[in-house]
Amino acid sequence: MERNEIQLIVNGFLVEEFEINENLINPEARLIEDLGISSLDFVDIVVIIEKEFGFKVKREEITQIRTLKDMYVYIENRI
Amino acid sequence: MNKRVVITGIGIYSTIGKNIEEVKESLYIGRSGIGIDPRRKEFGFRSALTGIIERPCLKGVLPRRLRIGLSEQAEYSYVATMEALSNANIDLDFLENNEVGILYGNDSSAIPVINAIDIVRERKDTAMIGSGSIFQSMNSTITMNLSVILKLKGINFTISGACASSSHAIGMAYILISQGLQDIIICGGGQEVNAESMGSFDGLAAFSIRENAPAEASRPFDRERDGLVPSGGGATVIVESLESALKRGANILGEIKGYGFSSNGDHISLPNIDGSIRSLMRSLKSANLCTRDIDYVNAHATSTIVGDEMEANALAQVFGDYKVPISSTKSMTGHEMWMGGASEIVYSLIMMHNSFIAPNINFHNPDEASAKLNIIKKTTEMRINTFLSNSFGFGGTNSTLIISKF
Repeated sequence: MERNEIQLIVNGFLVEEFEINENLINPEARLIEDLGISSLDFVDIVVIIEKEFGFKVKREEITQIRTLKDMYVYIENRI
Repeated sequence: MNKRVVITGIGIYSTIGKNIEEVKESLYIGRSGIGIDPRRKEFGFRSALTGIIERPCLKGVLPRRLRIGLSEQAEYSYVATMEALSNANIDLDFLENNEVGILYGNDSSAIPVINAIDIVRERKDTAMIGSGSIFQSMNSTITMNLSVILKLKGINFTISGACASSSHAIGMAYILISQGLQDIIICGGGQEVNAESMGSFDGLAAFSIRENAPAEASRPFDRERDGLVPSGGGATVIVESLESALKRGANILGEIKGYGFSSNGDHISLPNIDGSIRSLMRSLKSANLCTRDIDYVNAHATSTIVGDEMEANALAQVFGDYKVPISSTKSMTGHEMWMGGASEIVYSLIMMHNSFIAPNINFHNPDEASAKLNIIKKTTEMRINTFLSNSFGFGGTNSTLIISKF
């Protein structure tokens, strides 16, 4: 899967499922500080990533992700 | 000295209406909220009869994080609570800056538990359950979510007393406020409406099987009754000290005069006369009123053969020669269980403020016990100054509230 496609899927669920303002979405955005994602939201991100990309995410790994770009790279490296 | 306790707001989301206005009309015309849920037959239910209610859509109303922990009954309760707060003239700023509590009745939350277990059985991974499930599945789902949404600072817990849960919640609020421990408490009851939560109750053969005529299935006190119809929704009552209500210039809807309670000390599912009488007598004593001061009784009567008979005998014994007007709004709503105690206070307050008694629909012929009572068959225009509301539940828990015009 290309980076672009990953980006589209991730951005899509952040806007649709997490109701994050589309204007805030950019690769440098920090998940917690800029997008307002809470520790409980990471629980649901794990579920969605497995559903969308078909691999299991470890809780310890997801909490290391700081920015949206980190997330794209993490997913790209796992699939 | 005990403080006087009043009600300054009511809200309702039920099978006979999604707000006070709709419910007022249904009560007046005797509209039934009962229908058929075909899924229950697929599940092997003896009866597919149930209250019919639509889930409110809260997307766009509440942000995701505040929304995904809400169980079905917490959604109903949220809508009812926002209506009650609005007519109590209490806004979010007030809630944030004053010590307001919440005591709500709830005694189950089946769906999120079942869904979570289904996921774990299939995926063998608890991480796949997601973050909302735990907050939906606990019995305190309503109070834990509403206290966060409304930023409440006062007392905060759920009361589980079977079908008397929310009546006891109002009773507890009455005690806390009368003793000066709280000024305002959001009270109420929520009840989920789904097949999954009702299977075990259906298995007791306690439900009506009059499936060919759903609107006629719930017939409290009628000799042809054959069981209750499960139902639900959410009902909220804002309970407040008179002092606080006057200070705020609130519209006072009624005064809680008395709360009676008792336990039968007997059978787990069969009620008895003695426990009901003790609850009734305690409420009258607590209100410092006699039976002739009561203008209307909203009976617990659920349409079961034994339950209605026991309550009829208890009411006949307590009220004696005085033929107080009695009706069971469950004839229209079905049995709203954990929500029933609070919803029936809302229904009775609507009647009190509009000077009518809602009919006990489907009551055509009494049995030996109900023949001793003055059961209101047709909508009756009448001034109500004081009403009494009974709620009884499994385990022999009983609650009786008395409310007067202020």
